[in-house]
Parts: sequence; structure tokens; C-alpha cells
Amino acid sequence: MKTEVKTLDFNTDWEYSPALESTDHIHIQEPTDLFISGEFIPGVRGKYFETINPANEEKIANVAEAEKADVDLAVKAARKAYDNVWSKMKPTERGKYIFRIARLIQERAREFAVIESLDGGKPIRESRDVDVPLSAAHFFYYAGWADKLEYAFPGRDAHPVGVAGQIIPWNFPLLMAAWKIAPALATGNTIVLKPAETTPLTAMKLAEIIQECDLPPGVVNIINGGGNTGQALVEHADVDKIAFTGSTEVGKFIMKTVVGTGKKYTLELGGKAANILFDDAPVDQAVEGIVNGIFFNQGHVCCAGSRLFVQENIAENVISKLKERMETLIVGDPLDKNTDIGAINSKIQLDKIKMYVDIGQKEGGSIFQSPCSLPKMGYWHAPTLFTDVSQSHRIVQEEIFGPVLAIQTFRTVDEVIMKANNTPYGLSGGVWTDKGSKIFSLSKKIRAGVIWANTFNKFDPSAPFGGYKESGLGREGGVEGLMPYVNLV
Amino acid sequence: MNKRINIQKTYKLYIDGKFPRTESARYIKWQDSKETTLVNVCRSSRKDFRNAVVAARNAVNGWSSRTAYNRGQILYRIAEILEGRREQFMAELTLQGSAKKQAEKEIDQSVDRLIYYSGWADKYIQIFSRVNPVAMPYFNFSYPEATGVVAATAPEESSLLGLVSIIAPIIVGGNTLVILASESRPLCSITFAEVLHTSDVPGGVMNILTGYRSELLEHFSSHMDVNAILYCGSDPEEIRLVESNSALNVKRPVVYPDQDWSKEKAQGPYHIMKTQEIKTIWHPIGV
Amino acid sequence: MQSGTPTYTRNIDQVNAQERVTKLFSRSIKKESKIVALNTVLSMIDLTTLEGKDSQGKVKQLCYKAAHLHDQFSNLPNVAAICVYPPMVPVAKKALNGTGINVASVATAFPSGMTSLDTKLEEVKTVVAAGADEVDMVISRGKFLQGEYDWVSDEIAKVKEACGEAHLKVILESGELVTLDNVRLASDLAMAAGADFIKTSTGKVSPAATPSVVLIMLEAIRDFYKQTGKKIGMKPAGGVSKAKLAVQYLVMVRETLGQDWLSPDLFRFGASSLANDVIMQIVKQSTGVYQSTNYFSID
Repeated sequence: MKTEVKTLDFNTDWEYSPALESTDHIHIQEPTDLFISGEFIPGVRGKYFETINPANEEKIANVAEAEKADVDLAVKAARKAYDNVWSKMKPTERGKYIFRIARLIQERAREFAVIESLDGGKPIRESRDVDVPLSAAHFFYYAGWADKLEYAFPGRDAHPVGVAGQIIPWNFPLLMAAWKIAPALATGNTIVLKPAETTPLTAMKLAEIIQECDLPPGVVNIINGGGNTGQALVEHADVDKIAFTGSTEVGKFIMKTVVGTGKKYTLELGGKAANILFDDAPVDQAVEGIVNGIFFNQGHVCCAGSRLFVQENIAENVISKLKERMETLIVGDPLDKNTDIGAINSKIQLDKIKMYVDIGQKEGGSIFQSPCSLPKMGYWHAPTLFTDVSQSHRIVQEEIFGPVLAIQTFRTVDEVIMKANNTPYGLSGGVWTDKGSKIFSLSKKIRAGVIWANTFNKFDPSAPFGGYKESGLGREGGVEGLMPYVNLV
Repeated sequence: MNKRINIQKTYKLYIDGKFPRTESARYIKWQDSKETTLVNVCRSSRKDFRNAVVAARNAVNGWSSRTAYNRGQILYRIAEILEGRREQFMAELTLQGSAKKQAEKEIDQSVDRLIYYSGWADKYIQIFSRVNPVAMPYFNFSYPEATGVVAATAPEESSLLGLVSIIAPIIVGGNTLVILASESRPLCSITFAEVLHTSDVPGGVMNILTGYRSELLEHFSSHMDVNAILYCGSDPEEIRLVESNSALNVKRPVVYPDQDWSKEKAQGPYHIMKTQEIKTIWHPIGV
Repeated sequence: MQSGTPTYTRNIDQVNAQERVTKLFSRSIKKESKIVALNTVLSMIDLTTLEGKDSQGKVKQLCYKAAHLHDQFSNLPNVAAICVYPPMVPVAKKALNGTGINVASVATAFPSGMTSLDTKLEEVKTVVAAGADEVDMVISRGKFLQGEYDWVSDEIAKVKEACGEAHLKVILESGELVTLDNVRLASDLAMAAGADFIKTSTGKVSPAATPSVVLIMLEAIRDFYKQTGKKIGMKPAGGVSKAKLAVQYLVMVRETLGQDWLSPDLFRFGASSLANDVIMQIVKQSTGVYQSTNYFSID
């Protein structure tokens, strides 16, 4: 008997009025200069680039672009601070500076959240509830490690590496700065940080805080620019360690660049995580987890659950629930407190996502997009899912870094593990089942650095994060997050 | 007087729990320092290496899912068998140029090192695992897991202790291994394979090749199904090759410069961690 | 397995359910949407008095309040119903004559349900005969926790039969069922047995309506609708005394069940003091001035 389809009507008479977060209280330096040796200074050649709001394509600020000479200045400042001050400071005092940074982030949380959403396009709810509080938490966590390193590495003495060159991506600009800066400072290193070209502003706001904290000049230097700036930093002879978060392609390039230099490096690269849903899973919560797994931060998440595997006997039901859930996602102004999906970070990224959606359709995938209206100006993409795809489809193999989910079905545990691991990546994975023993079995068999069992996309400063295989090298967070910044003697 | 003709040993490769000759049928003449003893050692080819990686890949799931206790027992067994073959290793080490006393010490230390790591099998995970107190109602823990298939070149100078110092921490951590023996001192490594073979080590877990580093390093470091490359030596060009090729699939490159493998810090759990990945697992806490 | 019967489990993950609630409750309802919401909430209230000291006078006062929420402010909707103990049904029926406001009576040995089935059925028939438009029954939690699901189900079915034309609301008393798994199971069971509404609590047990319980019940209603085409109503009761929380529940309904459930026909609040807080918020929205309870009648 074929039952008729009963639909729910989410296009309700009662609509939420706009609830815009106010931008009155925020202050952005114009122009935004480089932060070197505790001062804000223009670049040597005085060049600036624009950072825009991806939600309306309007310019927010001119940002100083660091060239080779500026990179050199920053590294020199870091070296000087390392030699003269930071490596000699008592660990307890070092820790207190880091605590100060944490406190000031909390105090200015709202300003950080608004700027993060303005500059990067992510919903204010996420920057307010996730990015900013987690950033403060990271500083708090590592601040406490500064004078306790002997307990982290029993049997060995941990020595700082020296000057760390850190390059971070645009998907979590402030949070990634925190992930990089906090453990490096706690272990006694000095820093030259380069934020992503499209999202420089919260890192520069962090520079203001660092200045306010009276952190000794040169301990943290923040410079902006694109790939060339990053390359100059990686290539600089006086940088002892590179920490990079970004694409696997650039990660490999960095590996090649540092060949023969003896530089240490850690890499947090791409991913194409399998999110596996068994028929004994709590299904409504799993659907929510799938949504959070792929649509969190517009899917601009290296550990996004972009490959969903649903056990075949419940697939129809799950997909129908998922589509219904997608209908209630609110796409729109990142500063609206009700927005679930904000703007795509840049035109380049939007074009890339569109290209993959195009490929997915050409390769015969069935597409579903949530019926939302997208603003005219700015970069937007509707939450999208594909069914009727297989491991051989490009949208299943390649990282899209956008709100696009590829759904496959499976029949047996062995099959799904094989497919989950059938990728060069290994950053994260998800398992949904009510059966405890199955969770432990799968968690062990999935070759990835983070396994979310009956949850997805959770982060905490105490929990190590990082990939297997081509998803990277080294860990950030937790005790393991100290390791990349020390030499053990 | 009728002199008995010695039976000379054929030095073969050790791949997938078997002792094949190189598929290339090539050999290297090996002579001791007095140029009296002549041995033909296999000159492995890239195809031998490829076969060894296949064997190592096939063995990795089984080996890494053995209990830590079992892996520890097997390492202990290796030490026992090594101890029992003391005479043979003495002969080979002295043939390779070690003084008798030195050779004795090297064997002692090799046995001790195996036992040392045998004891770590069920402990390093405890030392490097954590329960992470996340600020959410989740149980969160992280622990080390084997990186997977490791390709390694053994230390050139210390043919037994060096070999054991490299192999033990890799294997005890659940990895499988393809290792290229010391080029100038290859004899003990093949005899060591015979030790492995009689020590309950599953086929494919350890694979030992002999041959020219200059020929094979390129393939060791570039193979896309190798998860980590461990290089022992101080040749800048070789290090460059290893590091550069690692970028092909983000291999974990580990470089051990030439060193004294008898020193205290040549062993320790941090050596195991060089071929481990940290896995973090989250689960909600509720009713 | 019959076509249309889902093969997935009904198990609930408590932490994830709570996270979903947090997300829903973080919606920011402002301006026009807030006024609409507050008015909708008012129209969904079952104004309730369920106390041993209830008297005819008290019920009459409450009924007058139900039809005159805040006469200084025109265009306010009436509440949906008055909810009382069985002996008060005739009083309320008379007092509400002509207002369009329903009379709901608790029954089946409310709140414990600890009496014989025959006595319960007799009570139901009596309140319906006395004019109750709606009957709020309690399930037998002891039997449920003993695992006698068929027994619980049969009892609901019999009460439903005894209700005749009156609408049946089935109170699960989630505070005694404790787990969300149980809440889900009891919801499914009540709907299958003939409930027109499912209701969280009696208000006599703590915790009463909690957000995660309400969410799980709404999801059960959604799945039941998908399987059967029948739209079952939902009533959180107990602990909903503030307008803000009520509006958050409305968000939950909107994003779980959509348009059809944003109506008193399918969603109610069982509350005694909620109405005044909602009215205060409405007056604040229109005047822009924060209000004092002194200006709002208490009955």
C-alpha cells in the first residue's frame, strides 16, 4: 500500500522579524596596519588591500599588506623578543600574560563576534556562541600549561623551538589564531602570525588586546597578506617552526619548501569525513547532527561531515527528515541572530562550490536544495544535498568546503568502514548508533584523528585535534598540542 | 687430511613471512674487512619493495588489533630467540668488523632493548592517553594508534643494535614495517629476520630488504601507501629526498641522524610516539 | 514489516536533544514577530486551577478573567479553555456560556491515576455529561514503568471511548517517566490509542514540562502524522509561567511541526499565571514601557 505523502508547512504565517546585532560598539582601525614589535605600522612599501564584507560585498577596511621586507622585520622582532625576553621569562609570568589575553577576549567578546561575522560571513550566533568563547577558552587552557610543562613530558625536558611562523585560514579566523598562539606562547616561543587574506580583522583586534596586555614587544607579531606573504614567512631562514592550517595542496607545498632546513612543522589540512548512521541510532538527534556536521559555518569546516553514509533500511526516512530539517534553516544576514547559514566567505570559494554542485549534477547525482531566498548582493549558497552518488563521484571524493552533503547508503559494517576509509584524508569521522560496542569498534577502525560518536563538530581546548594521512601532521589542543612547539631533550 | 666443506649461508630477503630471493635476481658481493669471506646478498629492486609494502599493508589491521599484551609477548619472544642465537650473531658481527667484546655488548644491548620495548607494549598507551575534561556533557578521550605502514632505512653503522632500536618501537606500536638493512653490514639483519620468523611474528609485519640505499630510498619515500618514512643517516641529499617525497602523500618523515645507539636516550616511549597518531573520541553523557 | 512502518528506533539521545532545544531557544523573537507570538500564546492558554481548595467562587472569578484578560486593551484574544477539577465543570460551563471558551476537566483520578478503571471511566462519563468539552486524563505510570504497555494503551482507548465527542488529552507525567526514551514511547502509545492531544504533566510532579520533553513529544507527533495522516495536538503543562518561555515553545512548534500546529486547535499551554505575563509583554511592546504586575488583575 502506497501511503500518501504528508508534508509539513514551514512557510508559516508567523515569520521571525529581523534581529540584527548592533554594530555601534565596534571599532575597526582604518587603515588596519601590521602589528610588529608591539606597534601598528604600515608596510615598508605602504601597500594596502581591501577586506570586504562577503554578505554585501562592501569594503570594511584597508589592510596593510606585508611583503618580504615586512616579514623580515616581523621575524627579526620575534627573534629579538625570544632571545632577550620571552625565553628567559619565568614560566609563571609567561602564563599570566596568556591569562590576561583570555580575559580581555571575554571582556570584548561582543566586539570580536560582530567583527568576525562582518569580515567572514559566519552567522553571529556561531561567532558569539562558538568562535569567541572557544578562543578565550584556548588561551585559558594553555596559559595554565606554561609553568607545568615538566608534567606534560615525563622523562624529558621541554625546550621552546624559537620563532614560530603561523599561517591560519579564513574559516575560523580568531579561533585559529587562538589555537596557534596560545600553545606557542605557553611553551616559550615567539610568533609571527599571518591571518587569511579575506579575514584579517579579528586577528588584528587580537593584536590590540595583546598590546593592551603589555605583552613584551615582538613576542606576538601579526602581519597580513596573501600567499606570497605566507610563502615569505615559510621560507624565512630564521623561522624555526611552521604551523599551518589550510588546504592539503598548500600543506604539501610547505612540506616541500622546508625541505632540508630542519624546520619543524605541523599541518592541519583538508578532510572529507564520513558520517555513518546506523539503523539503531537515535534518528532525530542524528539528523540534527548531520545538519550540524555539514552546514555548520556554511560547511567551511575541514572536519565537516561531508560524506553521509546511511544504512539502507532507514535511508528513505532519514533523507526525508533531513530535507524537512533543511527547510527550516535560515539563510541570510550573518548579523541577524536568527541566521543559521551565513555568507560564503569569498567569491572564489562560492565559485568553487558552484563548480562542484555543477559537477555533481552532471555526474548524475540527484540534488536537493532548501527552498530559501538568497540575498542579491554578497556571496550565498543554499544548503544542498546529493543522493544517488557513489564513492566514484568527484563530489564524494574531493573536499568542497561548502554546504554540500553527499549521501550514500550502505548495508554492512564492513562495507561502510571500507568506504569511510576509502579516501586520502583522515581528519574526522562520525558514528551514530545506540549500541556502545559498535561505537568502540568503529571508532577504532575509522582512520581519522577525531571521532564524533553520536555527535559532530564539537571542539574543546583540552581535546586534541588533527588528522591522519593527508589531513595533516601533528595535533592541536590538549597536551598533544604542546608537542609541536617544544624540543624534547 | 680431508677438510670438511662448509655450508655457506644464502642471504635472502624477508617479505611477508617468507624468504624470497630478489625478484630482480641481482646480487651484491659482500666481503668482510679481511676480504676473505665472500657472501652474495640480494640487491632488492623497487618491485621487491612494492611487494613488501603490499605485505605490510595486508598485515597492518591484524597486527594493530592484536592486544597490547600479545604484542609485548611477541617482542619478548624475539628477545628470547635472539639470545639463543647469540653465537651466530657473534660470528656475523665480528665478520662485519666488530671486536669480540664490542659484539658481545651489542648483542646484550639488543636483547635488552627488545625486552625494554616489550614492556612498553601495554604501557605507552597509558602514558600518552588522556581523558580530556571538555566543557560540555561529553566523555572525551584520546589515545595513540599506529600510523600504519612504515618504511625505514636501518642505521648504517650499528647493524644489530641500530636495527633493533628502530624496529622495536615501530612494531610495538602496532605498525608494520619495511626496513632496508645496513648496506655495509647486512648480515645480521637477515639473520635477525630468521629470529623474527621463529618468534610468532605474523607474516608481513616486518619485512627486511637488503640492497642499495641510493637505489631504493626514492621508492621508500615516494610510495603512496606508506604512512611514515623513517630515515637513519646524515646525508643531506638523502634527507632532502626523504622530506621532499614525503610531501606526496603527507607521510610522516622521521630523521635519525647518525648516532650512538647504545646511549640511554636511544630508547624510550617518545620513540614509539614518532610513528603514532593521536585519536580523539567524543561521546555524549546522558540517560 | 508493514509498509510505512519505520524501521528506525525510537531511542533518544538526551544530550543531543538538549542541544537542539538550546539552538531553538536561541532564536531571537523581536518586534512584530513578538507581538504576533504573544497574541498566539494567549489564544493557546488553558487557564488552569487544580487545587484542593478550589471553590465555586474561585472558578467563577477565573472564568471571568478568561473572557476579560485585560479590558484596558482591546483586541486581545480569549484563552482557549478553562481547566478544572470534575466538580467544577458545571460551574465553569455556566460561567463561560457564550464566550466560546472551552471547559476542560481533568479526570481518571487526576493526578495519580490510582484507582480502578471502572471508576475512571465513570468519572470521565460524568464530566462529559456535565458539559466538559475536553478531558485531560493521566496515564497509569506505574503500569507503564512495569512494562505493561498494552494495559496502558487499552486504558487510554477505553477512556477515549468514554469521552464520546469530547476531546481527549493524555497526560504522560513525564517527570515520573524520567527518561526521554520513555516519553517517546508513551507518546507513541497514547497517540496510537486515540489521544487527540498529548500533554506533558499534571503540574503536581516536578519536573513538569521541560523543553527537551516537549521537543521529543512534538517529534513523536510529527512522526505519527507522517505515518497516519492524523494531526495530534500538544500541551505542555506546568512550569510555563513566563511569556519568553512560551514564545520559545512556539518557535519549537514552528520549526518542528510548522504552520498547522501554530493554532489552539493543536497546541495549548496548561498554565495559571502565564496569561498575565504575556499580557504585560504585549502592553510593553505597544507602549514601550516596562510594566508592573499592579496594573494586571490576578484571579
